[in-house]
Amino acid sequence: MLNISVNNQEFSVDENCTLLQLISLAGFADQRIALALNGEFVAKTHYSTTALSHRDNVDIVKPIGGG
Amino acid sequence: MQHSDTLTLYDTSFNSRFLLGTALYRSPTQMSEAIKASGSEFITLSLRRQNPEQSDGDAFWQLIKETGCKLLPNTAGCKSAKEAINLAEMSRELFATDWIKLEVIGDDYNLQPDPFELVIAATELIKRGFKVLPYCTDDLVLCLRLRDAGCQVLMPWGAPIGTGQGLLNKYHLQSLRERITDIPLIIDAGLGSPSQAAAALEMGYDAVLLNTAVAKADDPVLMARAFSLAISAGRSGYLAGLMQRRQTAAPSTPVLGQPFWHQQ
Repeated sequence: MLNISVNNQEFSVDENCTLLQLISLAGFADQRIALALNGEFVAKTHYSTTALSHRDNVDIVKPIGGG
Repeated sequence: MQHSDTLTLYDTSFNSRFLLGTALYRSPTQMSEAIKASGSEFITLSLRRQNPEQSDGDAFWQLIKETGCKLLPNTAGCKSAKEAINLAEMSRELFATDWIKLEVIGDDYNLQPDPFELVIAATELIKRGFKVLPYCTDDLVLCLRLRDAGCQVLMPWGAPIGTGQGLLNKYHLQSLRERITDIPLIIDAGLGSPSQAAAALEMGYDAVLLNTAVAKADDPVLMARAFSLAISAGRSGYLAGLMQRRQTAAPSTPVLGQPFWHQQ
């Protein structure tokens, strides 16, 4: 199993888990989101081909008001 | 006589010189009404971590789309060029826009921009095809470096974010306007009252960007309208040409023919 942090919340996922699968596991499937893996932006087109590693940090963000 | 006086930022023209933020309102409905009352065509917004159960982000996005305004995502809260660049990329994908209000904060106490990281981030983002509007201080050399990096708009602060203190350093802001005449300058942050916005436009600034002064007013919708009127007034004053200041009084009523005057 891999331990992955999503927005500072811990998830345990199977080996070979992709970003696309993690997004679904974390409850963000079909939501309007953008994502960074270990601080680096990952484009939507790469979600299904990006495999996770143990202790990866994933940031998932959504639109909010800003100044 | 009415004449066209549009604001051109990069390749886009705007009728309004008022850029408005979308945070801190008491309700989403109030935000929408304030945007409408402001006449703004360009609004700022951001990205944050949220729980998947929170539907606020989706509702917010729906309301934003309904305004029909052009979107200016920000990189608020970023403290390094790397963070800002990555958040800009996330914004570009999610909001489908190359425009970015670039913020890189160097100090938590007054939220002062980090000039060094700002130039690094601006240079890289412009290489990547972004239209960068950097939130910067009123330091002339920093602004020149940002312009050299390819920024076609600069957004110096009037005062630290959320303070409502207005144009704190008029000498720097005036110098900046006199030295940088080839690209638009927008006062971003620190404005607290409509008269301060009018003063910025009278000084020759092309537009203002603000959020707190409207969102935290007792009546944000009325305040949005008040700022809009002040910005129009300030711009007209600038275009009309302000009179030269004098140290001594000069009567406006003709002296010739003054009654009760006798040669001594």
